[in-house]
Amino acid sequence: MLKSLRRAGPALLMLAPSLILVGVFVYGLIGANFTTSITDNHTAAQATGQKPSVVVWFENYVDLLGSEAFQHSLKNLVLYTVVFLAGTMLMGFLWAWMMDRPVKGEGFFRSVYLFPFAVSFVASGVVWRWLLNSNQGEQASGLNRLFQIVGLDFLQNNWWNNVTWGITAIAIPAIWQLSGYVMALFLAGFRGIPDELREAARMDGASEWKLYRHVLFPQLSPVALSALIIIGHMSLKAFDLIMSISKPANYQTKVPAVDMYVFKSSFDYANAAAVGSILLIIVAVVIVPYLVRTNRQEKR
Amino acid sequence: MTTTSTPAVPTPDVLGTPRQTERRAPRGRFSVGRTLKYAALLFFVVIVLIPVYVLLVTSFKGAGDASPARAWALPQVWTLENWQTAWTALSPAILRSLQMVVPAAIIAAFLGSLNGFVLSRWSFKGANVIFTLILFGMFIPYQAVMIPLNQLVLGLGIPSGVPSLILLHVVYGIPITTLIFRNYYMTVPHELVEAARVDGAGMLRTFWSIILPISIPSFVVVLIWQFTSAWNDFLFAVFFSSSQNGPVTLALNNLANGALLQNYGVSMAGALFASLPTLLVYIVLGKYFVGGLMSGSVKG
Repeated sequence: MLKSLRRAGPALLMLAPSLILVGVFVYGLIGANFTTSITDNHTAAQATGQKPSVVVWFENYVDLLGSEAFQHSLKNLVLYTVVFLAGTMLMGFLWAWMMDRPVKGEGFFRSVYLFPFAVSFVASGVVWRWLLNSNQGEQASGLNRLFQIVGLDFLQNNWWNNVTWGITAIAIPAIWQLSGYVMALFLAGFRGIPDELREAARMDGASEWKLYRHVLFPQLSPVALSALIIIGHMSLKAFDLIMSISKPANYQTKVPAVDMYVFKSSFDYANAAAVGSILLIIVAVVIVPYLVRTNRQEKR
Repeated sequence: MTTTSTPAVPTPDVLGTPRQTERRAPRGRFSVGRTLKYAALLFFVVIVLIPVYVLLVTSFKGAGDASPARAWALPQVWTLENWQTAWTALSPAILRSLQMVVPAAIIAAFLGSLNGFVLSRWSFKGANVIFTLILFGMFIPYQAVMIPLNQLVLGLGIPSGVPSLILLHVVYGIPITTLIFRNYYMTVPHELVEAARVDGAGMLRTFWSIILPISIPSFVVVLIWQFTSAWNDFLFAVFFSSSQNGPVTLALNNLANGALLQNYGVSMAGALFASLPTLLVYIVLGKYFVGGLMSGSVKG
């Protein structure tokens, strides 16, 4: 007992600054946010504390989830996440797979595919707003004009200005930025598979497809899971791209993160906090089991 | 076939080298599959670089050169006007971004290395739980703490702009820097730490004279990671600074979306200015950059 205290004591002391910071800024604030989200703090006077707020329990949550506008935001978030995940996983895997066997100039290809990751969403948003211009025909510019030039006129569309599917257009720049990252993850995964494993499978007469199906894919699944988790939780970053390509007020590209910003700007702190808590719950449902599982695996 | 032994200090180039062992088609002989592969690789290079072409071409175009019909054409007259305008508009914010990012990266890296050491090589009962609790901070949607965070920072009397943002990037950087250092220190042999203990060295001394000197590669990875993510951050910038005291992402967004008449030439030049520091880091230290990406996945 004393011995373990002697060991844990200085260790905890060294961890103290970080533990206090994370404790207050992550867990403390999550609690405070929840407390705000169950009040009727909807006005500037209440936000600044000049007028008192009353606890209304889950009224804000019920109202939000029942409103057509917020349901539209949630639907947009789901659509965006699905397209973003599918796009990055597909491109990332394809690029890594092509480079699995020795390729001349691999460094060059890798650098080009990965470079968009170093750029901020805001900066890439500037260019992508130009590319995703919704004008068509005579007035077309951006990608629509490029489609005309290469004779693919039928591909012209109004991109993020489509009410139902507009949000998936915002996923295109996100895919552009993060496919290289997924490629890097998969490439590391491919290179981590011992050659003996492939050789053994070939010796047993496994076809190329069977080799992938039964040997390589299972070996890659932890990498794929990591990629899914990271990219999936990054989809909440759609905020940056939407702010820079569209506008927070635009209905067609609304997601919860944008709603939160709009609520905050109009001093509706209770609803802003409620949106934040809903996002947290969505993330926690996926992340907590993942972290617990990772923790367990390491103990073994 | 070469056998590789695991080095005591892992190199940051975690992608490894391509497998040299088996090559289906002998070198130099034509193969349809290989030609197709290179064609595909080059095709994707063109796709990925389209936004770069657009950015450069548009930024050199004068105001009269912006007709949709000439959207993809080279400038009729090359002008540096946009670049000058963008630089005048953004240079104060670029300076503020630097003032924000450098201390934020250094402090978070230092805290991360302390935590990483204690949680891996001076660990105690419950260390894994603490680590998981810290790690969760990496995944929370910041929207879920934003409202009380705003009140807390205001309440602490920390000025809006650079000082607030330094604090936030340090605090919310702790989980990822702790993760990277911990994963790195896990590869340091136990004997090294035990030997120091036998010699009577305490925790601080062990950290200072044994661990820190071999941590340089990790520090580079962490500093690059923190530098890039703080530089590219937009969310905290929106909530904790204004156009007078904000970082370059905010200034760029104001430049691109603020004016009534959109001048894409200026915004594109601005987007490049805003991305140059991180791109430069990526080009010069690309190897380490990728190392940081890998460590970003919980299980490497």
